[in-house]
Amino acid sequence: MQRRTFLKGSLASGALAVAAGAGLLKPTKVLAAWPEAAFETKITPEDALKTALGMSDAADSGDIKIKAPLQAENGAVVPIKVETSLPAEAIAIVAVANPAPLATFVNLTGAGGFYSARIKMQQTSNVHAVVKSGGKLMKATQQIKVTVGGCGG
Amino acid sequence: MARLTKMKIKQVGGKHQVLVLVNHPMETGRRKDSKTGELIPAHFIKTMTFQHNGKPVAEANMGAGVSKNPLIGIELMSAKSGDKVSVAWTDNKGESGSADTAVK
Repeated sequence: MQRRTFLKGSLASGALAVAAGAGLLKPTKVLAAWPEAAFETKITPEDALKTALGMSDAADSGDIKIKAPLQAENGAVVPIKVETSLPAEAIAIVAVANPAPLATFVNLTGAGGFYSARIKMQQTSNVHAVVKSGGKLMKATQQIKVTVGGCGG
Repeated sequence: MARLTKMKIKQVGGKHQVLVLVNHPMETGRRKDSKTGELIPAHFIKTMTFQHNGKPVAEANMGAGVSKNPLIGIELMSAKSGDKVSVAWTDNKGESGSADTAVK
């Protein structure tokens, strides 16, 4: 039985094991626990930000640029690019009207002020790009019109 | 089952952008199977960590609100030719994957 489990496990991580064996892969350090509550549905965008970034009051800033379509034909794939000249500690992408408003966020520990991802959008809504910089939150907002929703279905 | 993880570094205006593409369904857990009418269990990538020359530089956290086959991009600071960049991800079912490449 144990052998079986072992075999299964080693097959599953086959490619990984090869990479590790070749000395290419360093063990992944866990920087912080994944904040489950931040990604839950029925959470307000403010609470999601509080859970993910420790605060929720974000002031509008002209130093953050969102590059995203004004109208998304397919809500399942909406490309969002966030760029900022601020020294960013974290960047979050929030689609206000989604069941789970916080789509994704990144903690930056040496990377530049840039983050891009493709997100799902259920309906036309404002999208916030929230940047944590110097212990404060700053945001930029863009409305994205969605013709066909991309959550559920 | 190893999932395809691709990484590409492209230069944009003197800066290096790292793009990672993972072959992953990113199921929300709220979608129904059109044939059986049953909910498809949630299955999505939770974290993705980027290392630049062995030093962690970014940790992306995501929920199921990220599109299927996620394409995630970050930017390197002061990257030089030959620098090693690697990425590793894990999902909510314990699957994981990684990729590495060098700056051209």
